[in-house]
Amino acid sequence: MNVLLDHLAEFREGFIGTVLLTLASGLLAMVLGVIVAGFRVSPVPPLRLLGTVWVTLFRNTPLTLLFLVAWFVVPVIFVPGLSPWTKALLALGFYTSSFVCEAIRSGINTVPVGQAEAARSLGMTFTQTLRMIVLPQATRTVIPPLSSIFIALTKNSAIAGAFSVTELFGVQKLLSDQGFAIAWIFLWVALGYLVITFSISGLFRLLERRLGVAR
Amino acid sequence: MSSSVLYDAPGPRARLRNRLYTVLGSLAVLGLIVFAVYRLHAKGQLEPEVWDIFNNAGVRTNLRDGLLTTLKVFAVAGALSLVLGLLLAVARLSEHKPVRWFATGFIEIFRAVPLLITIYALWVLFLTYKNDLGVLGTDTGFWGLVVGLTIYNGSVQAEVLRAGINAVPKGQVEAAYALGLRKYQVMTTLLVPQAVRSMLPTMISQLVVTLKDTSLGYIILYPELLYAARTMAGNIIVNGENPFTAVTIVVGAIYIAMCLALSSLASWIERRGRRAKTGVVVAAAAEPAEQPGVLDVTEGPLGPVEGDENRPTAK
Repeated sequence: MNVLLDHLAEFREGFIGTVLLTLASGLLAMVLGVIVAGFRVSPVPPLRLLGTVWVTLFRNTPLTLLFLVAWFVVPVIFVPGLSPWTKALLALGFYTSSFVCEAIRSGINTVPVGQAEAARSLGMTFTQTLRMIVLPQATRTVIPPLSSIFIALTKNSAIAGAFSVTELFGVQKLLSDQGFAIAWIFLWVALGYLVITFSISGLFRLLERRLGVAR
Repeated sequence: MSSSVLYDAPGPRARLRNRLYTVLGSLAVLGLIVFAVYRLHAKGQLEPEVWDIFNNAGVRTNLRDGLLTTLKVFAVAGALSLVLGLLLAVARLSEHKPVRWFATGFIEIFRAVPLLITIYALWVLFLTYKNDLGVLGTDTGFWGLVVGLTIYNGSVQAEVLRAGINAVPKGQVEAAYALGLRKYQVMTTLLVPQAVRSMLPTMISQLVVTLKDTSLGYIILYPELLYAARTMAGNIIVNGENPFTAVTIVVGAIYIAMCLALSSLASWIERRGRRAKTGVVVAAAAEPAEQPGVLDVTEGPLGPVEGDENRPTAK
């Protein structure tokens, strides 16, 4: 009896679940991360403070705790009736956004000073400098760390499986509870994750080559 | 931060605008805080009785025991992962092909697989063969967590150390061989000490990750801080409901304090190392990257791009 062939449907569903969750929370993390990174370098002190607090808070909290917050605190205090998938999306997206923010901020810091100075002397405002001069150039240096962050996100999404979201860890748990040999399940689930992480790193390497310029 | 290159020293109009944004930004931040406090209050989470539970000796003992268990797991797993990391790093740089291949395969597989998957598989494995394992069988949750954390973080630490070893100038190794040192002497007296020195901030940052990941014990029902707090909150009823929110806030604060303490140690060591004029460059206090590049032989930096503090300000 082969676990993979007998339960191909479960594995497929889990695989798709992991991919979808990673994609959605990656998108959320990107959006939040860029905004918070903008806050962190902005000339407005309270926004800078908000950015710093955001990053400190989410980077130093274990993701499992964030999942607990999403499950037991957010529904009671703020918005009741979220689906488990949405809650997992929020926890993963917010957690990852702090890492995205830090990556983008250090990317901004690697753009040569002369670029921002030139933009300023042309009379560009802070937003224009950031949007038209600095961020496009920061994109290049940010891509390798971002790739790393998204791989970590893929792996972190496994925690969602423990909170009854359909994805690969959930499949492992389910089949293990049904008494199948753990070693084989582990192998196939691990393979599923390997496929996703390798696709991400391949994709980003492609992107890197596309955006790279000879200096 | 007053002299950022991204914006000029503000003139009168910009000052006015910035002041306006400051007021608006403060109002927005304040609004968020007020909204959160209002919701907490509306749901009865700010009642004195809810927070009074932390005066209870039993609650305190529970939290303390959970914290001690977390620290125990962290201490054992952290120490073992450093040892395993050292062994794997040396094995991956070995001249013997089988050893090198084994270490490479081990590192790449366990770095690429989610830690939770590994921990869960180990836990189930330990539970299945509980009676044949001797010491391991007595506390399957603990050993599942510790072994899982050790394997994953050991693999990451190995990559960090390897990057450190590769960063030692080749001339030093050649000089050591020319002086007649043996292979293990070169490794133990020359390469590893310098690698550890240069990579210490990154290694401690990875230890912060280890500390955060001990919370995965919650999922395999091991009573570390998170699980202890969660079950405790499930057993207490204040004003007709479980005080999940209050307990979560307290536990979150404990985790954040521990992680901040450890990562500030990392950045302190980094700053201290940067002051020194001699020796290899000290790496940034940042988590190592997670590229699953099987069989990659690049010697690029593992940490993220350098230069938050020491960026050039003038040409």
